[in-house]
Amino acid sequence: MSDNLAADAERVIRPQPGFIAIDFGEIWRYRELFGFLAWRDILVRYKQTYLGVAWVVLQPVLTMLVFTVLFGRFGKFPSNGAPYPVLTFAAMLPWQFFANTLGESSNSLVASARIISRVYFPRLIIPASVVCSGVVEAVISVVILGILMLWYGVVFRPLLLLLPVFFALTFLTTFAAGAWFSALNVKYRDVRYVVPFITRLGIMVTPVGFLWMGMVPEKWRLWFCLNPLVGIIDGFRWCVLGPGFEPYWPGVWLGGAVTAVLLVTGMVYFRNTEKTFADLI
Amino acid sequence: MAAITVRHLGKQYRLGTQTYDTLRDQLAGLFRRGARAERQTFWALKDVSFEVAKGDIVGVIGRNGAGKSTLLKILSQITEPTEGEVRIRGRVASLLEVGTGFHPELTGRENVFLNGAILGMTRAEITRKFDVIAAFAEMDTFLDTPVKHYSSGMTTRLAFAVAAHLEPEILIIDEVLAVGDAAFQKKCIGKMGEVARGGRTVIFVSHNMAAVTSLCTRGLYLERGQVKAAGPMQEIADAYLNDALPQGGKSSFRGDGQRGSGKLRFTDLEIRSGEVTGAAVCGAGLRFRLTYAAEQDRVAARFIVNIYDHQQIRLLAMDSVTDSSMPQFFPREGTVELQVPADVSLAPGRYSVELAAVIYDEVADHIPGAMEFEMRNGDFFGNGKMPHDPAAFLVKAPWSLQAPD
Repeated sequence: MSDNLAADAERVIRPQPGFIAIDFGEIWRYRELFGFLAWRDILVRYKQTYLGVAWVVLQPVLTMLVFTVLFGRFGKFPSNGAPYPVLTFAAMLPWQFFANTLGESSNSLVASARIISRVYFPRLIIPASVVCSGVVEAVISVVILGILMLWYGVVFRPLLLLLPVFFALTFLTTFAAGAWFSALNVKYRDVRYVVPFITRLGIMVTPVGFLWMGMVPEKWRLWFCLNPLVGIIDGFRWCVLGPGFEPYWPGVWLGGAVTAVLLVTGMVYFRNTEKTFADLI
Repeated sequence: MAAITVRHLGKQYRLGTQTYDTLRDQLAGLFRRGARAERQTFWALKDVSFEVAKGDIVGVIGRNGAGKSTLLKILSQITEPTEGEVRIRGRVASLLEVGTGFHPELTGRENVFLNGAILGMTRAEITRKFDVIAAFAEMDTFLDTPVKHYSSGMTTRLAFAVAAHLEPEILIIDEVLAVGDAAFQKKCIGKMGEVARGGRTVIFVSHNMAAVTSLCTRGLYLERGQVKAAGPMQEIADAYLNDALPQGGKSSFRGDGQRGSGKLRFTDLEIRSGEVTGAAVCGAGLRFRLTYAAEQDRVAARFIVNIYDHQQIRLLAMDSVTDSSMPQFFPREGTVELQVPADVSLAPGRYSVELAAVIYDEVADHIPGAMEFEMRNGDFFGNGKMPHDPAAFLVKAPWSLQAPD
């Protein structure tokens, strides 16, 4: 116990008007609780049912099959020589992570109302731990991706080593959106209807089932890439399918910048509304 | 040196149903500038100042709605004060509920770790204390069973066992001793006494006056958001119990007009028992006459009368919606009467009445201590006899001797 360490520390509680900076030191001190919450989310999600695990496999695989048949077979969309299932699945990976985790993290604060009104800790760790618990699902998907690559004879290239970078980007984008929506959800309860709408609409404007470069007119490209998932999906395909799929770099950088802006503003908004959560929830 | 210094602390709440908005309303509001009605506010705490020395065990007492819970929430940093400041020296753990974060799907063992972490223990600390916690909870066989299969008593025991093994320098506790069976409560009180003698600073809110007076050294008496008295526990407890007595033996209605939207206000409360007004006698029945004035006619009101005993434990909750013979709409001004059946009676003693009126889920008026009254001993059973052991209620329950088979 850090009794002696803490003995001299004086904590002052007073109204904090104006802007509140993010206290990373405090978040770091609560890293164990963060870990426990993520661990709980994982345990609870997979404890009850065997279907829980099966679902993680089935959902992306079935979606991939639908896209492959629809776009690859019937639509004869260009695949640039790559097996259509791998092309789709590589995009499915970040998209599923984003869509599934965003829904849960947006609801996470409201779902933790009891804890929030009883115990103090930096609230940001709640949506963050939900996003972290999504990693299990992502790992399972990576394994499926590996199997698909073997099956279709896609070569394992050193480019694959860059996959974690794009994973990190997916993670940050999801967390940024989660911070925004979970905090908004405390104050405006209709946000819970907005989020599923965003993910449903999102899959239309996100190139999960097709290659977008040939379809989007030149002058619209940058606009299209304002959706940070476009750059991320390009990156995933590049890592998995090789140099022939080099992303549209201005788009990747733009998407990254959008993520950065979302992340900073999301955390600041969260931090500055955090103090009212217990009174509103 | 003081462990906790509180200066001019105040907390203001907004009233009404607008605990949360909808984005839709917010957007619509953009086009209706100035149309937004002024929200009513209310001070749950106002200008509260006190100090707690290191090693003190402070009991915070007061009527319902006096601001005790708000004070604890500010001290534990759950909610932010509106004004004033608190200085705390030392590691704080707050226990506003036992079993916070318990998840029914997780096993007892997993919940101990999760709950411990939520209460501020480190993983190493929980691992070290795990066996002691399990022993304290008197559990060994069910630790790997999901908590949803536990009885509520078992869950409480386990939850309290975790809480009892917190070792902060400052411990903030709200009403948690009111759970579990009597024997386990006793064990917990013993454990808390141990913690207190270990030189830790404890702030303890409870309605259980016996527990407060036996555990605490200092008392803090809150009334309507302000410090009414502070000092040695026994003195403060006496002052509190004295105030609970009706002044001069005559109860009077006290509306404060502070809480609620004000769309309806209670203007008078009269308690009748038999033909007597202002006092109640066991067995003569009990009637509450609530007089009110609303802002408009045809108001869809719902009236609530709660009765508390002298320890501020709620004994009865009576709500007009449970009576389907009540109309849905009420005139602008009127009187409603609530009758407690005569074959049930509160035991002799002092009680206080809480009134509330709710219109479409919005609290219109709320008066926590609207009136105190005394139940006098009467011939409840009509034969001059009384039960062997006193309890909270008297009830005319028929007995019969069954004919042998």
